[in-house]
Amino acid sequence: MTEMTTKLDDRSANAVGPGLVEERLVIWYFLAALLYLFISLTGGLMMALQLVQWNPITGSEYFSPGRWRMVHTNAIAYGFIANCFLGALHWAIPRLTLKPVLSRPLSYFIFAAWQVVVLSTAVGILMGQAQGVEWGETPVWIDPLALVGLALVAVNFMDPIIRTKGPLYVSLWYFTAAFVWTFLTYAMGNFMPQYFVPGTSAGAIAGLFIHDLVGLFVTPLAWGLMYYFVPILLKKPIWSHGLSLVGFWGLAFFYPLNGIHHFLYTPIPDFLEYGAIVSTIAVEFVVTTVIINFFGTIWGSGRAIVSNLPIRWFYTGMVLYFVTCAQCAMQVTHTFQKLIHFSDWVVGHAHLVMFGVFSMWFFGMMTYLFPRLLKQPWYSRNLCEWHFWLSLSGIVVMFIDLTLAGVFQGFFWASLQPWETSIEGSYPFWVTRLFAGLAIIAGQVVFVYNLWQTWRLSRRSAPSNYTVPATA
Amino acid sequence: MFESKSGILLIGGLGFFLFAFLSNALVPILLYRHLPEQTVAELAENQNLIYQFEDLSVRYPEQFKKYYGEPNQENLAKALLLGRKVYTGEGCWHCHSQFVRPVSNESIRWGPVASSVEYQNILQRPVLWGTRRVGPDLSREGGRRGNDWQALHFFNPPLLSPSSPMPKYQWFFDDNDPSKPNERGLAIITYVQWLGSWLESYPLYERYIPLEEQMENPLE
Repeated sequence: MTEMTTKLDDRSANAVGPGLVEERLVIWYFLAALLYLFISLTGGLMMALQLVQWNPITGSEYFSPGRWRMVHTNAIAYGFIANCFLGALHWAIPRLTLKPVLSRPLSYFIFAAWQVVVLSTAVGILMGQAQGVEWGETPVWIDPLALVGLALVAVNFMDPIIRTKGPLYVSLWYFTAAFVWTFLTYAMGNFMPQYFVPGTSAGAIAGLFIHDLVGLFVTPLAWGLMYYFVPILLKKPIWSHGLSLVGFWGLAFFYPLNGIHHFLYTPIPDFLEYGAIVSTIAVEFVVTTVIINFFGTIWGSGRAIVSNLPIRWFYTGMVLYFVTCAQCAMQVTHTFQKLIHFSDWVVGHAHLVMFGVFSMWFFGMMTYLFPRLLKQPWYSRNLCEWHFWLSLSGIVVMFIDLTLAGVFQGFFWASLQPWETSIEGSYPFWVTRLFAGLAIIAGQVVFVYNLWQTWRLSRRSAPSNYTVPATA
Repeated sequence: MFESKSGILLIGGLGFFLFAFLSNALVPILLYRHLPEQTVAELAENQNLIYQFEDLSVRYPEQFKKYYGEPNQENLAKALLLGRKVYTGEGCWHCHSQFVRPVSNESIRWGPVASSVEYQNILQRPVLWGTRRVGPDLSREGGRRGNDWQALHFFNPPLLSPSSPMPKYQWFFDDNDPSKPNERGLAIITYVQWLGSWLESYPLYERYIPLEEQMENPLE
């Protein structure tokens, strides 16, 4: 326990030497992430406009909403989220291990290679080459390249972790496991249903892939970063080491068993469906322990949620994470599935977890890190507030709206109304969703404008007039 | 063990992943290992489908001749494979599911509940169950509507179903003309007509009773 607290201590963290963190690369990763975020938002907007029949662009296959819908999800998963992680990990891992990553040239090579992978994915999908795996529509010829990229990422980051002596800090448990899981998940989901397994068994694997991508790639890396950033920002250790252990090992055991819950009532045998349901409910109990641990940590420093923007992003995300998981424990049952499967309920759930939780955490990290990377405080604190409130209100409205829409759609379908009734009944919800989406987009525009102005200021002024402590 | 590198790598990283893979992926693989996977040539022997393919060659003779030549089984197989590629590439499967559940009156609306054997073929690799229904399920769509309807619907969906939010697929047609489906257009229509063509109940028509009538005899 003592080793772990000393790492979070200001003095030892200030010992960060020059050359330990490749700060330029962190900036590049974040900028690439923001670029893909906007590509993804464009895709989402096109699909939202299409649903209410207001899409102004028709007649070109390269602007087909069907293809852009896949760009929407893939740009978020592999463009925005993966780039954010790589940037944040380049910041966090050298600081946690006090050792640089394996190789600087390799880091830059990975950056370039990953952008090639994501760009080719987007172009391939727009050319109509998508693969029939949800969240893995990456055209088949890119899959091996992406897998090599993931292996290089693991090697580059695992080197300092392996060389660290003694027990590892919580974040490093999550990172270590995530590097293994991400590689295995990507290989399983993209190759097995395509080349080795047909039909229903391939469906089971596709379910595992959808879920593992969230549960074994995004979730562990994101929680690992929370275990790193939250104690540093609050200047105190994580509340309970025991609960951290429960959280990590509970996730490691139960999360990989969840996948089939995406395909309930399919021809997949019932006993496998029940196994997935029980494991999913178990995950929600694990999640609760993690949430308790983080709220135990902030106990007594609650004021930080108002005054400290990154902390506010982080804890808002955590509250929404709890909402997502509580919702998940219910919707995963056969009872709920009868009604809400195939409906917008699920779309609302996916947006809540991807935007309301993980993106919020990334925005928190960016809000914290950009001033330190650019050696320049934010151009406008007000605009940072706008970014937060527009994003939050957008996602909350979208979530409630789509959840309700899902309930309506489920009842329209089950009551054997003509199909058009379910479309017409969804219309007001889809219009609301469009405007909620526009609020989210506006928030990100504000953020990018703020960042641009901050960057301009950082160019103009000498770096000496603002000194940030290396970690605080 | 719980905080050591080897414990996390071997037990958490590899061990638990492997355990989940064995229990959730290998079990169904073993369960269905005796179900043969049909090739596209075998699928093209289906008489219902051959009828539809020949119908296309009669309705769009010039276009059909140009892109597929004769309506034989070899060309039918070719059209099915391209149709599947178009269906995947255009993201059709993100708004249309391909399985009927045993709940929520789905078997009344769509027909027989989905079973594993239906998915043991090369056109379901990877399987296209889908997870969202903006539009209706398509696994029993084949034969329900004629090829002309399908062509016009792909060209401009709201023309036939006014409230439909489905995009227009004008690039399935030559010269922006709904009477001239091109190679991809003919392929996607063939693919849609294939869906459910293997069933006894093909073609399956929706049993629709207006709500007012249902309420007159609610016990019926």
